[in-house]
Amino acid sequence: MLSFLFKVKISAMSKRKSKESSSANGECISQVQRILRERFCHHHATGKPFGIEHQYRHLLELLKRTTVHGESNSALIIGPRGSGKTMLLNHVLKELMEIKQIRENLLEVHLNGLLQTNDKVALKEITRQLHLENVVGDKVFGSFAENLAFLLEALRKGDRTSSCPVLFILDEFDLFVHHKNQTLLYNLFDISQSAQTPVTVIGLTCRQDILELLEKRVKSRFSHRQIYLMNSFDFKQYIKIFKEQLSLPAEFLDESFAQKWNNNVQHLSEDKTVQDMLQNLFHYSKDLRSLHLLLMLALSNVTVHHPLITASDLHEASKQYRMDSKANIVHGLSVLEICLIIAMKHLNDVYEGEPFNFQMVYNEFQKFMQRKAHCMYNFEKPVVMKCCAALCWIVAVHRHKQLTCQTTCLAWSRKFRKRTGLVRHLNTYYNWS
Amino acid sequence: MPNLEHPAYPAATLLRLESLVPCRESQVSMLLSIFGERQQFTFPSIFIYGHTSSGKTYVMQTLLNTLQLPHVFVNCVEYFTSRLLLEEILIQLQNCSFETKHASHVLCDTFNDFVRMFKQAVTSQDLQDQTLYIVLDRAEQLREMEANILPAFLRLQELTDRNVTVVLLSEIVWELFRPSTGCFEPFTLYFPDYSIGHLQKILSHNHPPEYSADFYAAYINILLGVFYMVCRDLKELQHLAALNFSKYCEPVVRGEANERDTRKLWKNIEPHLKKAMQTVYLREISSSQWERLQRDDGEPGQLKGLSAHAHVELPYYSKFLLIAAYLASYNPVRTDKRFFLKHHGKIKKTNFMKKHEKTSNHLLGPKPFPLDRLLAILYSIVDNRVAPTANIFSQITSLVTLQLLSLVGHNDQLDGPRYKCTVSLDFIRAIARFFSLLHLKEGQSIGP
Repeated sequence: MLSFLFKVKISAMSKRKSKESSSANGECISQVQRILRERFCHHHATGKPFGIEHQYRHLLELLKRTTVHGESNSALIIGPRGSGKTMLLNHVLKELMEIKQIRENLLEVHLNGLLQTNDKVALKEITRQLHLENVVGDKVFGSFAENLAFLLEALRKGDRTSSCPVLFILDEFDLFVHHKNQTLLYNLFDISQSAQTPVTVIGLTCRQDILELLEKRVKSRFSHRQIYLMNSFDFKQYIKIFKEQLSLPAEFLDESFAQKWNNNVQHLSEDKTVQDMLQNLFHYSKDLRSLHLLLMLALSNVTVHHPLITASDLHEASKQYRMDSKANIVHGLSVLEICLIIAMKHLNDVYEGEPFNFQMVYNEFQKFMQRKAHCMYNFEKPVVMKCCAALCWIVAVHRHKQLTCQTTCLAWSRKFRKRTGLVRHLNTYYNWS
Repeated sequence: MPNLEHPAYPAATLLRLESLVPCRESQVSMLLSIFGERQQFTFPSIFIYGHTSSGKTYVMQTLLNTLQLPHVFVNCVEYFTSRLLLEEILIQLQNCSFETKHASHVLCDTFNDFVRMFKQAVTSQDLQDQTLYIVLDRAEQLREMEANILPAFLRLQELTDRNVTVVLLSEIVWELFRPSTGCFEPFTLYFPDYSIGHLQKILSHNHPPEYSADFYAAYINILLGVFYMVCRDLKELQHLAALNFSKYCEPVVRGEANERDTRKLWKNIEPHLKKAMQTVYLREISSSQWERLQRDDGEPGQLKGLSAHAHVELPYYSKFLLIAAYLASYNPVRTDKRFFLKHHGKIKKTNFMKKHEKTSNHLLGPKPFPLDRLLAILYSIVDNRVAPTANIFSQITSLVTLQLLSLVGHNDQLDGPRYKCTVSLDFIRAIARFFSLLHLKEGQSIGP
C-alpha cells in the first residue's frame, strides 16, 4: 500500500516536472523565436559585422574627423543589394554615439531616395529633421542654395562660434541622381567643400556606375571617396557566418537550452548535406539576405514538439526558396491553355521568334487537334479566344507594339472589338515534342 | 490533413479557422508558422501568387479576421493612384484600434508623408507591439503607380522602424514585378491551383438542402467533366453549377427519373452544358436570359449567342462592295491584274513570294487598300455597268458605320481614304451564296 502511494507520488512529481519542463520549454522556444526573428527579419545590428573591418575603420575614421575635428567630407558606400551598407553605417554610428562629445553635438539627417522623390520634399524633410520648422516659418527663398544656407546658419545658435557638425545620410543615392538638375546633390556637395559648417555627406547606393550618373559640376565637388562592400568572403567564412547567425547569444535565459541549441547548430554546420545546400545557395547569391530568409523559414518550424532545427528543416526551406514560379503557374493552367502554349511555342520555333497573332495560334491548335483527335473535344473558336486572352494576362506573353492585326471575326468585332496585337512569346522552359 | 496548431492561438479558434478554409490547410499552416506569435517579427514583405480564384484573398481575410490580428486590407484596383492608396491605408489604420470614434480624413500626398503619419498612427494605437499586417490585393497595379511605391512598400518595416508586414497578393509571378535596380526581395509563397478532387469537394460543399449530397456530387462530377478542360476557375464553375442545377433536377421534379438514374440525368443535361459553354461561359447572354430560356423549355438549337448572328441583310450593291473589299484586303495587289482583267499574262514567282510562302494571307489579317482599288474591283465583279454615283459612296460609308469595313489612317487625309475589311470568310461565303458567283471561287485561291 505504501509502495503504491509512493509510486503515485513519484509519477505525479515526474508529471509535474515534465509539465514544468515543457512549459519552460514553451517559454524558451518563444524567446528563441523572438531573438532570432529580430535578427533575421528586423536586421537588428547585433554583434560585430564580419569581413568588413577595413571599410569599418575607414568610415569610422572619416566620421570622427568630421565630428571631432570639424572637417567636411563626402563619401559613397557602394555595394550590391544586401551586402551590408546600411548595417555598416549603423554600426559605425552606434560606436560614435558612445563618445559623449559626439553624442551631444552631432546632428544627423537621414534622407532616402524612395521617400524624398524630389528636391522640394527633400528640403522640407531636412528642415524637419533639423527641427528648424519654426525658424523657417513662412519664409520664401529664392533658390535651394539660399534655403540650405539659411538652415545651416540657423544651426549656429546662441554663442557658438561654429555650428554643430551635420551628417547627411542619403540612402538609395542613385535615385537622387534623377532629380531635376541634381540640385540637392550639388548643394550638399558644395557646402561640404566650401562652407564653415562641418558637413559630411554619405551616400549609399547599389549601382556600381554611380559616378557616371553624376553631372560634371556635382562630380567635381565630390571627394571621390568610395567605400566598396563586395561580399568578399569565401565559402568557409560563409559557413562560419551561418553558424554565428543561428547561434543563441551568451546572455540567453535558459543556459542549458542555449547550450543544446548551439551544439545542434555546430552539428548542422558540419553535416555534409547541409553544407551542400549552403554551397548551392552560396553559388546562387552570396548576400546575407537570402541566408536570413532561408534561416527564417527553417526557424518557423521550431515549436515545443520540435525544439531544434534539423537538417530536413533546412532542406525544406531551401526547396521552398528555390521554387520555380513560372513552372508553378504553368502547372495550374487548364488543358486547353496548355495546348495553346504548345501551339505558341511551336510557332515561336518555326518562325524563329517572329511575332504571331491569335489567328495563327488557332490554326496551329486546329492542326494539333486533327492529329490527335481522340484526346480532346474540338472547342469552338470563341472559347479558345477566351482562354488565349486569359493566358496573355498570366504568362509572360509580350505585346508587340508596332504591328497589330485585327482578328477576322465579325461577331467578335461587334461586341468585343478585340484587336489582338501580335505577340512575342518569351522563352518557356519545356521542350514540347 | 494536418491539424492547425499554434501555441499563440487558442485551439477552438484554430479549429474554426480550419473549417472555413477547406483544401487550403497547408498554406494556412505555413502562414501561421511564419507569422509566429503576435509580438514577434516576421518577414518585412510577403508575396503570395497563384491563379485566379485560388483562394488568396479569401484565405488572407479569413485568417486575419478569425485570429483577430491587426490588419489593413486594401484593393489596389479600387485605390488605383498612390494618393488614394496611402490615404486609405491611414484611414483603415485609425479604425484598427478599438478606441477611435470615427475616422477623420487624412491628407497624404507622398510616401514621405505616409511614413511620418504611419509612425505616428502606430505609436498612438494600442497595438502593444503586435505585428500590423498591410494586405494589398491585386498588387500588380502597384507597378503602374510611381516607381518608388513598390520598393518602398517592400521596405516598410525598415523605413518606419515598426513591427509591420506588407503582404502582396497577385496572379502574376514575382519576376515580372522586380524593378530594374533591384529591391528588397519578399518571401514568395505559391497558392497552388485546386486539383479536380479539391474542386469537387469545394463545389459539393454548398449543395441545396432539398437534395442529398450524393446527388449533388454526381451533378458536380458531370459539370467538371464538361468544363474542367477549359476552365479551372472556381468562381466560374460555381456560377455555372448554380445556373444549371435546376435543369439537372428537372427529370426528378417531373417524376421521369429518380435520383439514381444517372444515365438519364446525364443525357438530359449534357446538351445544355455544351450550349452553356458557348453562351453563358463566354458571357454572350446574361445569366437571367439563360434562366428564362431554361424555364421556357426552348430547344437548345434555338439558343444562339452573339457570335452566331452571322447574317445581316444588306442592300444589293453593299453586298458587292463587301465582297470587293474582302478581295481587296486579302489578295495581294499584283494578283489583281491576273484575276480581274480579261487578258493577262503569267506571273513569275519571285524570290519575295518564296520567302513568305509560309504565312498565308488569311492568318495575318486584312491589309488596307485605297478607295480606287475597291471601286476597280467592284466594277470588274459586277455584271452590269455601275455608275460611280453618290449612292455607292454613301453605301461605303454606311458599311464603315456598321463596322464591316474600317477606315485606316486619319480622317482628313485628302489623297484618298484607305479601308480595311473586317469580316470573316464565313460571312462572305454566306453573302456569296446569295449570288452563287463563280468569280468567288477564283478569288479564293489567294496567296502563293
